[in-house]
Amino acid sequence: MKFIGRSKDLKRLAAVLLVIATPLAFGADQPSVQVKPPDVHGPRPLAQQTAEAAVRDYLESWQEMKSALDQNRASLLNRDFEGEAKDKLSAAISGQIKAGIHTKYVDRSHNIQIVFYSPEGLSIQLVDNVEYDQQIFQNGKLLVTQPARARYVVVMTPSQVRWRVRIMQAQPE
Amino acid sequence: MRLPFTLLLGGAVLAALQSAGAQNLTLPETIQAGAAFDVQTTGSGNGTLYIVGPSQVLQQKVTLGQTASFDSGTLTNAGIYTVVLTGGSSTEHRALNVLPAKDAAHITFLARPSRLPVNLHNGISGAVYVFDAYHNLITKPMPVSFDLTPPSGAAQHGKATTMDGAAWVQLNSTPKEGMSKFVAQVGGVTSQRIVEQVPGAPCRLQMSAKRSGQQLELQTDPVRDCSGNAVPDGTIVTFTEDYKGTQSTVDVPLKRGIAKVEMPAHSGATITVASGVVLGNEIHWTE
Repeated sequence: MKFIGRSKDLKRLAAVLLVIATPLAFGADQPSVQVKPPDVHGPRPLAQQTAEAAVRDYLESWQEMKSALDQNRASLLNRDFEGEAKDKLSAAISGQIKAGIHTKYVDRSHNIQIVFYSPEGLSIQLVDNVEYDQQIFQNGKLLVTQPARARYVVVMTPSQVRWRVRIMQAQPE
Repeated sequence: MRLPFTLLLGGAVLAALQSAGAQNLTLPETIQAGAAFDVQTTGSGNGTLYIVGPSQVLQQKVTLGQTASFDSGTLTNAGIYTVVLTGGSSTEHRALNVLPAKDAAHITFLARPSRLPVNLHNGISGAVYVFDAYHNLITKPMPVSFDLTPPSGAAQHGKATTMDGAAWVQLNSTPKEGMSKFVAQVGGVTSQRIVEQVPGAPCRLQMSAKRSGQQLELQTDPVRDCSGNAVPDGTIVTFTEDYKGTQSTVDVPLKRGIAKVEMPAHSGATITVASGVVLGNEIHWTE
């Protein structure tokens, strides 16, 4: 593992990120967020502020994704998503509109770890074990609530001011 | 007697549900992205089947009691979906996992830098992300080979195995200048980048001096890097003359591999030559 700073710093990072995560959630919907110290395969050292920024931006992307799928507004994805992730989420929103539904994701917990920082510094990969409920609404009426536990594999790339999600793919835990 | 009674009760409930128009659905728990699959429904009448995930949403009208078939290439995005059946007297739902297809079809290959000096240890890095035909990241481990082939001389090989779809390698730049092909391969899929390797810094600077009238004519030998590659024309060479505490400096670009300059021929002067951080020989001029 390459990381600037060792266990003491990593604990501090986890604590800082927990604090960062708190304002992202609202009221009773607040998910619990755990951030494990990075376990990076790759030769490039991962600076603490880089790790913090990537995790912060990833958690914010969840808020953006939830709003976009709930309101059926693909334009809400512009800040935090690009590439395949944005295309697929936008396609899902188009499908929801066509089907007359919208979806509310209620994330209960995130367990995040950065696992790869590419040698040239142009991508960060993290995994997030998420517990959430997927609520599907039709004409404003709740059709079903499906609880899920998923392992999200996420690839982020840097833009001018933040890390943006380029790949976001769920698989069973 | 308890088991038969339970069976009897279950059968009665099922019959009651069916007579009331209730429906059920049966489907695989997991499929591969892009694969064809069936959803078996029960009940009677018409219904609507929704397949809902954050990457894709499908809707299909169904006749309850019939099988709804989805052709290959319909559900293509990996993820966790909820399958919902509405119609009749109740709404049923199941989870459906869609995994990436097994075979690689696309590689994203990040290679850096595009230009670097020869003979640099671990100077070239490559990272790949491996995708299936539907641009799903293939998360199961896959072997990746990397080859760096210079215009002449032996190729370098590297191997790696993907973790969550990503793999990387570091290779040395080769001793000879020129355009190298940097290729990543997964299964039958390849991606190529070109890496230009340029001569490194001058390795040894040697100059000679001869009088030319009132001037000293200073000239370097052909300037080469430590691998014997000619340092490019335009590289600056600095000649410095110290005489009685006064220093004169002249910067000269390499032309056809050598640098030439004329400086005053002061007896007792010391002349040095340098390029970048490399110092050449020193000449004490006496007459």
